[in-house]
Amino acid sequence: MKKWMVNGMVVTSFAALLVACSEETDTPAEENGGQSANSGNTISAIQDRGELIMGANDQLPGFGYVGSDGAYEGFDIEFGKVMAAAIIGDADAVEFRPLSAQERFTALQTGEVDMLIRNTTLTLNRDVEIGLNFGPTTFYDGQGMMAPSDSGIETLEDLAGARIGVEQGTTTELNLADQMSKRGIDFESVTFSDQDSLIAAYESGTIDAWTTDQSGLISRLETLQDPSGHVILNEVLSKEPLGPAVLDGDDQFLEIMFWATNATIQAEEFGITSENVDDFLDTEDPDIARFLGVEENLGEQLGLENDFAYQIIKQVGNYAEIYDRNLGADSPFELERGLNALYTDGGLLYSPPFR
Amino acid sequence: MAEPSTHKRPPFWRNQKYLNLIWQLLFLVFIIGFIVFLATNAMAGLNRAGLGLSFQFLTNRASFPIGETVVSFSPSDTFVRALYVGFLNTLKVSIVGIVLTTIVGVLVGISRLSSNWLLRTLSTWYIEIFRNTPVLVQIFFWYFAVMLAMPRIQDVNANYGFIISNRGFVFPWFDANSSLWIWLALLLVLLIAAFLTFKWKNKQQIEQGKKLYPSLWLIGVLIIGIGVGYLVLGEFPASLSLPEHTGTGSVGGYRFSPEFAAILFALVMYTATYIAEIVRGGILAVPKGQIEAAEALGLSSSKILRFVTFPQAIRTIIPPVTSQYLGLAKNSSLAVAVGYPDLFSVGSTTLNQTGRAIEVITIMLLAYLTISVVTSIIMNIYNKYTALVER
Repeated sequence: MKKWMVNGMVVTSFAALLVACSEETDTPAEENGGQSANSGNTISAIQDRGELIMGANDQLPGFGYVGSDGAYEGFDIEFGKVMAAAIIGDADAVEFRPLSAQERFTALQTGEVDMLIRNTTLTLNRDVEIGLNFGPTTFYDGQGMMAPSDSGIETLEDLAGARIGVEQGTTTELNLADQMSKRGIDFESVTFSDQDSLIAAYESGTIDAWTTDQSGLISRLETLQDPSGHVILNEVLSKEPLGPAVLDGDDQFLEIMFWATNATIQAEEFGITSENVDDFLDTEDPDIARFLGVEENLGEQLGLENDFAYQIIKQVGNYAEIYDRNLGADSPFELERGLNALYTDGGLLYSPPFR
Repeated sequence: MAEPSTHKRPPFWRNQKYLNLIWQLLFLVFIIGFIVFLATNAMAGLNRAGLGLSFQFLTNRASFPIGETVVSFSPSDTFVRALYVGFLNTLKVSIVGIVLTTIVGVLVGISRLSSNWLLRTLSTWYIEIFRNTPVLVQIFFWYFAVMLAMPRIQDVNANYGFIISNRGFVFPWFDANSSLWIWLALLLVLLIAAFLTFKWKNKQQIEQGKKLYPSLWLIGVLIIGIGVGYLVLGEFPASLSLPEHTGTGSVGGYRFSPEFAAILFALVMYTATYIAEIVRGGILAVPKGQIEAAEALGLSSSKILRFVTFPQAIRTIIPPVTSQYLGLAKNSSLAVAVGYPDLFSVGSTTLNQTGRAIEVITIMLLAYLTISVVTSIIMNIYNKYTALVER
C-alpha cells in the first residue's frame, strides 16, 4: 500500500473519531489578566479599572449561561450587572469569568475575580473557614432529585442501591450523604466535575437519578432530550439560600453588595421599575426621593454616586423584573415566586430601610 | 633537579574549581530564594484573608460519599480517610493499567514487526490513531461513546456470568474462603519447592545429556501439592462467584464500574501505543547478526524472539518504559472528567469543602510524587537485574 494512502486513512479515521467524541468539554477559566483584589480598597481598584470582574456559572440556563449571541445571561448574571451599575455606574462594565463549582472559591481567594455570583449556597463553613462574605440571599432554593418517570422512583426510599449523580464540590454532595444516612438508605454516588458530563451520564441511564438545587433541575429539564420523560421528586433535601459573595476583610465592598442587592427588592416594594423610574424623580415621597438619591446622600455614605439605586433600576430593573425575565413568567421555566416573593406577598424578601 | 615553580596560583575567583562551586551556590541561593518568595507571598495572601496554613481540617468529618472504594468508607469518616481512599483508587487504576498496558504494548510492538500484512497494518493504524489524539479526548470517547452507549442494565441478561451494560462490566470472580491465608502460605512453599525441583532436574539434564522434562516436573509438583492441600483443608482458597442480575444492578462477581472501565481503557490504549513503539525500537536495536546467527542454528522464530531478541531488547526497553508507567499513573488524574473518584477527584472535593487549596494540593503533589518515585525505584532495580553484566 502506498504510504500516502495509509496516511490518508489514518487522518480519515482520526476525523471520524473526532466526530464521535465531539462532546463539549469545559472551557478552562481565563488566565488571570486583571488586577487582584486587595482587601480594603477593592472598590477603588475596580473603579480605577473601570470594570468589575465576576466569577459566574456558564452552564446553568436561567441563572448563568452563555446565550446564543455569546453574551452571559441569567438571574445571577443580572445581579452582577446590578453591582456594576452601583459601583461604576454602567451595568455593562463587568467581565464574567466562567468558574466550575470547584474552582470558584479559589478564584475568589486568590483575587482572580472580585466577586462571586454563581448560585452559591450560604453556609457557616463558607462564611468562616473559606473566608467569604455573603451578600443578601437573592434566591431561596432547596435541593431536589430528578429521575426518569418510567423508573418508578417516587421517593428517596426508592433510590436504595441506586447510582446517584452529583456535581463535585457542592453542598449538594454533603446534603445527599446526610439525608440518605439519616434514612439509612445505601446508594452509590458518582461525582462529576461538570454538569454537562453529569447530564450525559444521566440521559444514558448509567446513573439512576441526579440531584442539585431544584431551580437547577427545573432549568436543566428544558435542555434534556425528552423533558416530559423525567420527574422531579416531591422531596426537598435541604435549604439552599443562594447569593453573591466577596472575600472577607473588605467591609465597604460587603456593604455595597448588601445595599445594591437590596435596592432591587426595595424598588419592587415601591413599585419602581426600569420603565417608570424616571417618573419618580420628582416624587413627593421622601422615602423614594432618598432611595433614588434625589435627596440626602445615602450613596456618598457608601462611597458611591448618590444615584446608585437609580442607575441599578434604570439599567437593570427591580427584583421582579429580573426574576420574571430569567426564571419567572417571561422565561421558559415559568417558576413560581414562592419563597422568593416580597414579605408583603408572603415571601422572604425584605429590604431594610434606605435611610 | 626541578626548579622551584615559577607558576603562581591564580586567585580563587579565576580558579575554575572555585568558580564552578560559586556559580552553583549562587544558583542554589536563587532557587531557594524564589521558593521562599513564592511561599511567603502565598502565606501573606492567606493571612490577609484570615486563613493560616493548617492541616487541622484533615481530622474533620468528610461528610461526602465516595462511590467506588477499595477499603470501606462512609461520609462520617475523616478527610484523611477520604484522601486515602482516593489514593487507593489511583493505585488501583495505575497498577491494573500498567499490567494491561505492558501486555497490549508488547503484543502490538511485536505485531508491528510481524511479517503478517494484516497484523502489521492493524497495529500501525492503532498506534497512529491512539498516539496522536489527546488522552482526555480519548477518556471522553471511552466514557460517552463506548460505556454510556452500552445497553441499559434492564435490557441485558447474564450470559455465562458476564453482564455487559452501561452499569459496567460484571464478570465471575472469586470470593475468598476462610482458609485463604493458609493457602497463600502453602502456595508460596509449593512455588519454592517446584522451582528447586526445576533447577535440580535442569542441572541433571545438562549433566547427563538426557531429556528429563524439568518443566513437567515443575507442574507436577504444583499439581500434587495443590491436590494434597485440597484434601487436607477441604476447600479451595476461593470459590467462584457468579454475578446475578437484580433488576437495576447485580450481585456477586466483580464489577468494573463504567467510570473505572472508561479511565482504564483510555489509559491502557493510549499508553500502550508508546510502549509498542518502544518495544519495536528495542527489537530493532538488536544487531541483525544475532538474529541471523540464531536462524542459522535452526531456531524457530518464536524461540528466536524468546531467547535471543527479547533478552537483548529488554535492556533498551526498560528505561523509556519506566517513563511511560509514570505517565500513566499521572494521567490517571484525568479520571475526574468521567466521575471516577481517584486521588485528584477526592482531593478537589476536599479542597472545595474546606477551602484549603494549598494544603490539599501539597498532599496531592506528595502522593503523586511517592507513586512516581516508588515506580522508578522498582523499575531501576529490574533494570539493574537485566543489565548486561560485564566480565
